[in-house]
Amino acid sequence: MAEMDTSSGGGHKKGPGVKKGKKLSTRVDLTPMVDLGFLLITFFIFTTTMSQPTAMKLNLPKDADKPEDQNKAKESGALTVLLGKDNHVFYYEGIMDNSNASSKFKSANFGSGEDGLRMEIMRKKASTPDKDFVVVIKPGAECTYKNVVDALDEMSINDVKRYALVDISDVETKLIQLTEGAAAGAK
Amino acid sequence: MGRPKIPRKSTAIDMTAMCDVAFLLLSFFILTTKFKPAEAIAVTTPSSVASKVAPDKDVVLVTIDPTGKVFLSMGDDKNDLAKKGELADEIMKTKGVTFDKQKFVKAHFWGCSFTQLPAYLNIPEENRKGNLLAGIPADSTKGGNEFGEWIALVKNVYVGSKMNLLLKGDNASKYPAFKSVIDAFKKNDLLKFQMVTNPESIPTGTELWKQSMKGEKREE
Repeated sequence: MAEMDTSSGGGHKKGPGVKKGKKLSTRVDLTPMVDLGFLLITFFIFTTTMSQPTAMKLNLPKDADKPEDQNKAKESGALTVLLGKDNHVFYYEGIMDNSNASSKFKSANFGSGEDGLRMEIMRKKASTPDKDFVVVIKPGAECTYKNVVDALDEMSINDVKRYALVDISDVETKLIQLTEGAAAGAK
Repeated sequence: MGRPKIPRKSTAIDMTAMCDVAFLLLSFFILTTKFKPAEAIAVTTPSSVASKVAPDKDVVLVTIDPTGKVFLSMGDDKNDLAKKGELADEIMKTKGVTFDKQKFVKAHFWGCSFTQLPAYLNIPEENRKGNLLAGIPADSTKGGNEFGEWIALVKNVYVGSKMNLLLKGDNASKYPAFKSVIDAFKKNDLLKFQMVTNPESIPTGTELWKQSMKGEKREE
């Protein structure tokens, strides 16, 4: 060992015959790796979904065969919402008969603006005692599934405790058609 | 000419940082997203403020497509597959039709009347597209509400175990289709079900918004 030390005594200089090791650069060109990364990102964006579907619970009431078994809603606290075609919404308060049909029957939309359904529900809710307040949703034959879900959603948004999904009556269907006909004529 | 010499600069940029960003984003997407399930029936669900994630176990899913056709499907778990087999036996026993049980279990969804089941199961899976099929007859005005019988059989299979009844309807489907499905549920005393929707933020200033601001837990 001591001999070797003396032979390479001249500083860092290596003796003849010993090849000088070339210093290799450790830098790698990362461009292809970046390409690969972004390619995979685009793949994942296109094939996956971000949002998980949520579920909205709906409990149906049991059908009561006898009329006396059915829940009675107080007239003053009832708000009936009718769903027509093309996202039209109509509503009236209390009970409607032929004599007061035209004055009670009003139209609204699904928006949150001044003539929106939400405003109307909030107004009615504020003006009636909590235990009397009930919303009756009557979807017409022309309305879509989305309209029904939106209406039900409106119930949970406004924290309406009691609401019901009821079949529409012929009188109401006619009124909707009349109003929609008039609106189409006015255009 | 006294043109100053511009030193030639290398155009190579250090890609390390960019590489880091790319892979960070990649790992983010891998961890936060979920693969889209293969969908043979094109359905766009409405949105609601409901925040509970739809269950994916013990699922019985009823799908209403834009034209109002009704399809039935069940989960793909091991447990669900056993239930599917039981359902196949039930149908063969009560409805007097014979078909390949294996194919019935393998099918992702069913959309035909009982009598058409053998023919339906012979269609290759990849050709079973929602818009080409008839759907389960659910309209009581034409062809009777056979869907109610399907639900009755499914209910029999799930007796004594948990069943998550899900309804997935398309935005554009009309209310009568929805109603006939609800009627079928009611007839079988299945009074609790959930509707699949897309999440939506709670509109500010509403009652629900005030509640959630207060940190109250709401009932789903």
